[in-house]
Amino acid sequence: MECCRGLNIEIPKGYKKLVLAGNPNVGKSVFFNALTGMYVDVSNFPGTTVDISHGKYQDYVVLDTPGVYGVSSFNDEERVARDVILYGDVILNVVDALHLERDLFLTLQIIDMGKPVIVALNMMDDVERNGIKIDINKLSELLGVPVIPTVAVKGKGLEEVKENIKNARVGNIDAKIKEYLKEFNNKVEYQSEALMLLEDDETISERLNIKTLGKREEIYRLRREKVDKIAESVIIKEGKGNRIRQKISTLTLNPLTGIPILIMVLYLIFKVIGVWVAGDVVGFTEEKIMAGYYEPFIRHLTAKFFAEESLLYRLLVGEFGILTLTPTYVIGLLTPLVIAFYFFMSLMEDSGYLPRIAALVDRVLSFFGLNGRAIIPIILGFGCITMATITTRLLGTKREKIIATILLGFTIPCSAQLGVIAGMIAPLGTKYILIYSFTIIIVFALTGTILNRILPGESSELFIDLPPMRLPKLTNVLKKTWTKTIMFLKEATPLFALGALIITLLEETDILYKIQDLFKPITESVLRLPKETANAFIMGIIRRDFGAAGLTELSLTPEQTVVALVTITLFVPCIASIIVIFKERSKKEAGLIWLGSFILAFLVGGILAFLIV
Amino acid sequence: MTLDMAKKGQKIYIKKINDDKIKVQAIRLGIYEGAKIDCALKIPFGPIILSNRMQEIAVGRTLAKKIEIDIIKEGA
Repeated sequence: MECCRGLNIEIPKGYKKLVLAGNPNVGKSVFFNALTGMYVDVSNFPGTTVDISHGKYQDYVVLDTPGVYGVSSFNDEERVARDVILYGDVILNVVDALHLERDLFLTLQIIDMGKPVIVALNMMDDVERNGIKIDINKLSELLGVPVIPTVAVKGKGLEEVKENIKNARVGNIDAKIKEYLKEFNNKVEYQSEALMLLEDDETISERLNIKTLGKREEIYRLRREKVDKIAESVIIKEGKGNRIRQKISTLTLNPLTGIPILIMVLYLIFKVIGVWVAGDVVGFTEEKIMAGYYEPFIRHLTAKFFAEESLLYRLLVGEFGILTLTPTYVIGLLTPLVIAFYFFMSLMEDSGYLPRIAALVDRVLSFFGLNGRAIIPIILGFGCITMATITTRLLGTKREKIIATILLGFTIPCSAQLGVIAGMIAPLGTKYILIYSFTIIIVFALTGTILNRILPGESSELFIDLPPMRLPKLTNVLKKTWTKTIMFLKEATPLFALGALIITLLEETDILYKIQDLFKPITESVLRLPKETANAFIMGIIRRDFGAAGLTELSLTPEQTVVALVTITLFVPCIASIIVIFKERSKKEAGLIWLGSFILAFLVGGILAFLIV
Repeated sequence: MTLDMAKKGQKIYIKKINDDKIKVQAIRLGIYEGAKIDCALKIPFGPIILSNRMQEIAVGRTLAKKIEIDIIKEGA
């Protein structure tokens, strides 16, 4: 089936594909929920962080697509949306009435594909509130398709949209584009493919093995002019814009107010996650449920089938067992943290705050060869490096992905580790907290700056839409949190299991102890720490918090504690993160990153030890 | 002159965009050679915020240097 390359969505016989398309944050998901009800599946596109929700409505299979400004191949979201929209039977295009000149570009593009289209003109309440008037009949006439005004979050117009899906029709295809399309129409099965070829889409051109003409800019300009003309003629009365929202927007962007706001928001987030989620919630899920009830149960069960002395028993339910360590770690510790992090990220995304943070920090990150968008994986890194490393996929170039992955793997302590570190360092007082933080920040800045200098190529630059600040809708935020968490768990759980397996095998073959012995002299001479500290470092390979926790058992002076904590922060990421790095990057790059973190950790730890111990 | 020299409140005319990849993406967001747009805000040393009706776009400083502009109207 042509639909949904890479996705396994079954389209039953007689069913048509109804595709929801629209710009980011226009309220598509509300329409999706209204159409499909409760029975929804989510499929992830392999190699991306992009999900497609799909469900059924009457004799339609309804497919949701990621929000995009147009159908093309500029990023993962677009590539995924493209493959779904191109092969849809009917398109429900959700348009933000407040941003006609932005949203109609996509609308006209879909119309040019020759697909039956129906437009839901959403956020009509915003339009009224801003004193804007839109001639809906004229818009419908100019587009050649039905246009239904809606306020989706309040349920207004949803029934009319449903009733009118059968009235979706092929709109007014641009005359000039129609002429151009003749070049390709007889070479392909769908007009949508022909349009992609006309617009120089590299992927489609390669897939169908048809050369393109280099007309993209011309077509885009043609469409842009037409959109501006349509917008001008249907907007009867211009609005003034919402003053309060604009004020808030400016406050978040202006560094004088924006930086304090950002610090306050992040402080609040880390307070909630660090204290409540990492403490109370994880204490309950990890210790009480998983370690208290689940582990004894699974050990008892496994003992019925395998002898307790057997290798298989240890592989399954031993100290680092696939059925003990993995579920306890993934369900007990990570899931609550990942949910919390995704919840706050979705909240910031849906309120329009996240892109403003990206704009605010763009300058700082540009010193490290990143643009403002890289703030997303960096914030997520404080939750879980594995989750953050997967998210580096959204960065524009390979160069940025490498830099972000290295910064995450080297310098950012994940929440599991942060908890233990905070517990050890807080009693030592402000001086030591500052030494620790400054060391890590300096290493972060130096690593970023050096990578930016030595890595070839150029990073992509910030060019983002700043959607209006809006009060986020809780159900949408929760849904987003849920699908992202599920996606992460699906992707990461096998990696944690594989990691547990590798560690058990290393232990069984005594390699783990040999590595420890190898590190003992360095630990003693370079870091000026008791040689047992090496055990803690090696435990850090399994779980970073294990490593940090291992330190609490040793008697260290405050200076030694700081050196040990700095070293363990910079030391290799946990085994699951390493596996993700190997998955996302080439073997050579991943190997170098892994090796580099050993060297960096001992180098920085050594320098610090030389200075303060 | 280039976009990084624009000041807050000015209305500007986009003359030329010297970045092919951004050029086509920008057309979709209403920024194209010939467009008239407002410079809504400048983050010190950081991105320039352009606005067009209700639409706001953040353009990185280095990218702004690749966009040639004319000033149509000074800011208030």
